[in-house]
Amino acid sequence: MRDILDDIERWRHDGRRIAVARVVDVEGSGPRDPGASMAVSEDGEVAGSVSGGCVEGAVVGEALRILHGDQRPRLVTFGYSDDDAFAVGLTCGGTIHLFIEPLDW
Amino acid sequence: MTSLYETLRDRIRSNEPVALVTVVDGPNVGAKLLIRPGQPALGTLGDDELDRIVGRDALAELEAATTGVRHYGPRGETTPEDLIDTDTVAVFVESFAPPPQMWIFGAVDFTAALAKVAKMLGYRVTVCDAREVFATKRRFPMADEVLVSWPGRLFSERGESLGPRDAVCVLTHDSKFDVPAVMGAIGTSVGYIGVMGSRKTHDKRMERLAEAGLTEPDQIERLMSPIGLDIGARTPEETAISICAEIISRRTGRQSPSLRDGAGAIHS
Repeated sequence: MRDILDDIERWRHDGRRIAVARVVDVEGSGPRDPGASMAVSEDGEVAGSVSGGCVEGAVVGEALRILHGDQRPRLVTFGYSDDDAFAVGLTCGGTIHLFIEPLDW
Repeated sequence: MTSLYETLRDRIRSNEPVALVTVVDGPNVGAKLLIRPGQPALGTLGDDELDRIVGRDALAELEAATTGVRHYGPRGETTPEDLIDTDTVAVFVESFAPPPQMWIFGAVDFTAALAKVAKMLGYRVTVCDAREVFATKRRFPMADEVLVSWPGRLFSERGESLGPRDAVCVLTHDSKFDVPAVMGAIGTSVGYIGVMGSRKTHDKRMERLAEAGLTEPDQIERLMSPIGLDIGARTPEETAISICAEIISRRTGRQSPSLRDGAGAIHS
């Protein structure tokens, strides 16, 4: 969060709603450790990153769905081959678990 | 009314330790607890007992500067028998510990490069040298502070603040300065102590350190001297990379070739 505070503050100042995605767990080889975070404003601006660029696009979509109320805040997993997982994977072969929620607290 | 986020933001920006606990799975997904050492927790995960137990564990995580997911029963149960046939709560504990410190002794060219790389890695950098013409903020603008002081004084004033995440790098090449700096560092729980110099300088320095009372093998083992990984670094910038790479590999426990453990000329 430390590295995305300036962007979050700018968006808050403009009155824009924001969703935050944080890496909470990594299995196997993962590009970023737990705590890596990314913020998405309601108009689709992005700050920070949660992987080496592999899953950020999918995270933006999920964050916007949560901001629009189409999806509850939740854990999402990237890199699994089971049905719950997103189609996009990590090129490094690992699995990352993200928690995505609106910044309304 | 200040929100949890605003309290978190202010503490992160002022480098005060804080941990954010978030329920990521189970009942009350998204519920939060904000942990501040010495102050009451803010927010709730939905149950007083859960708050108390998670708060205690999060404080320990914060002290160790670790971040990760923990599992509990709905009222904070942690023993495996208590978790059978019950909904578990997964919480994400995110620690925002103050940045680790790097103290660099000696205001030389290597110091500027090392301070720069250390800043990139997130260290709070202190440069210390007794010579006031060299120890100036103008020469080391990247350092968080530049002190004109003797090592003994700095260690007696602030040595207790050093811990396993921190590093002391002694770059002076001057026994007047590096002996007290090493002896001061040995007296702390600092995680990394590196001392610069050729193998000849190292041998002479070890004699002086022995005279100063450094004879315990466990203590001598803590010294990374000569400092750095054996990557053939030559310039101050390359040497800074070699030092920081050694700090990383000591922390992660990976086998990387340290200069200390080899023989022969450092620059071939």
